[in-house]
Amino acid sequence: MFFDLKDLYQQVIVDHNKHPRNFREIESCSHDADGYNPLCGDQLHVYLKVNEHHLVQDISFKGTGCAISIASASLMTETMTGKTVDEAKVLFESFQQMVTSDITEEQDFSHLGKLAALAGVREFPSRIKCAILCWHTVQAALSGDQDAARTE
Amino acid sequence: MAFNVDTIRKDFPVLNQQVHGYPLVYLDNAATTQKPQCVIDALTHYYEYDNANIHRGVHTLSERATAKYEAARQKIGAYIHASSEKEIIFVRGATEAINLVAQTYGRKNISAGDEILVSMMEHHSNIVPWQMLCEQTGATLKVIPMNEHGELIQDKFVELLNKNTALLAIGHLSNALGTVNPVKEMIEKAHALGVPVLVDGAQATAHMTVDVVDLDVDFYVMSAHKMFGPTGVGALYAKAELLAEMPPWHGGGDMIRTVSFSGSTYSQAPYKFEAGTPNIAGAIAWGAAIDYLNDIGLNYIAAHEHDLLAYATNKARQVAGLKVIGQAKDKASILSFVMSDIHPHDLGTILDRCGVAVRAGHHCAMPVMQYFDIAATTRASFAFYNTTEEIDRLFAALAYAQEMFS
Ligand SMILES: Cc1ncc(COP(=O)(O)O)c(C=O)c1O
Repeated sequence: MFFDLKDLYQQVIVDHNKHPRNFREIESCSHDADGYNPLCGDQLHVYLKVNEHHLVQDISFKGTGCAISIASASLMTETMTGKTVDEAKVLFESFQQMVTSDITEEQDFSHLGKLAALAGVREFPSRIKCAILCWHTVQAALSGDQDAARTE
Repeated sequence: MAFNVDTIRKDFPVLNQQVHGYPLVYLDNAATTQKPQCVIDALTHYYEYDNANIHRGVHTLSERATAKYEAARQKIGAYIHASSEKEIIFVRGATEAINLVAQTYGRKNISAGDEILVSMMEHHSNIVPWQMLCEQTGATLKVIPMNEHGELIQDKFVELLNKNTALLAIGHLSNALGTVNPVKEMIEKAHALGVPVLVDGAQATAHMTVDVVDLDVDFYVMSAHKMFGPTGVGALYAKAELLAEMPPWHGGGDMIRTVSFSGSTYSQAPYKFEAGTPNIAGAIAWGAAIDYLNDIGLNYIAAHEHDLLAYATNKARQVAGLKVIGQAKDKASILSFVMSDIHPHDLGTILDRCGVAVRAGHHCAMPVMQYFDIAATTRASFAFYNTTEEIDRLFAALAYAQEMFS
């Protein structure tokens, strides 16, 4: 029964892991931060360029990690581009809610668009941290928290 | 008793279960081993019939518990061929044993300008206590490097030994690589310069015969849970003359001779180092694990595991994109590897869903990962209850993972 594994490693995830989008530095970034997951050694650095209207003009990342953390970061940068900082925060909350929600309940994640591809991590408690690392790192960058974002 | 793996597997109730719809293949024995029924029975029997505090009652149960606890000490001493069971200190595990040596022997004998020598392949528990001691005393930590096969470079070891070396602390069997270090030769070289040696035997004791007298090792540490006993108990072996000179560590009941407000006097080893009520049930059940190992025979165990490792290593060679991390000439029971394009953490999840339990991560040996310039490895670690069919299951699951990521 490999059914639930395919929930986790959907084609979108495998693809974003192999070819991560926005995998680069932003030299003139306004915010950036390090994220680290000590459990598996995932290490990310996110860069944001936020303009005077609090709009995320550009967002990117670099780093190493498992397929879930890389794909999650890649999808996050795609989704967050062009959003306001406040919208990004709402998105983070919805995302967090999705990956920690009860698997036994039928839920609709369509409002999360592409990010819904990560809903499968709900079935893999030990992997939720991987999916959420990039989001914590963005939070850290936006709040100017110098300490590396941690998932524990 | 002839070695029959099918019979042996029946002794381990936990192995008889399905995980995600498949019979469990447990290949995470370096993290912790499973427990035979006799160990589980020893634990329940103790709580059902003998439970009492030790060394402090004249009633029957206390005498019974004390006798069994001390019998366990004897079994453990005999298992590693100590001259006397008084050289066996019960602790929580290998980690606590190393901290005990650092904070008693180390605080007394090591000072600024001294060097503590460890190796690059140590478990964090044989690094961090020494770093803490260095901070406390002003001593410095020196590191024996290794080569790309995961073997310590013996010439460099000899170069690093000098008149300032105050202690050598080295692993017997590396949990990250499977390397068996030539500890006997290294101890000889260290002793030639008067350097005492601690050997971390956390991994070794489940797989090979250990003779502390033949090794002439000064300190040897072990964990029960890595050798089919319960968690939360382990032992420090130390030569009697060293124990006699070492100051106590934790203070409290059981470790004293007299207590008054003008000062207290301490018991002798081993009790001097065993303050408070210990893990009595754990120690007794560990004794049962040792009886069990002796019944099977360490020579049979080592031979079977050698076959398993050879079988797995040969299969690994045939997998495209798989690289074995740790290819020392002398290896035991551990196959650590990386695969191109699949992170160990993903592999760990996929294998788990195929019923195969392995460890993915840095194995508490981050310097090893740094040396090989990787974040983590996937590690299959074998015990005598594993079979070649289980290794086939591991490789079938790896093939499935490759397909999924292609
Ligand atoms: C080589 C080695 N040393 C020390 C330890 C620490 O053992 P424990 O956690 O039982 O104290 C381990 C366990 O992972 C180990 O593999």
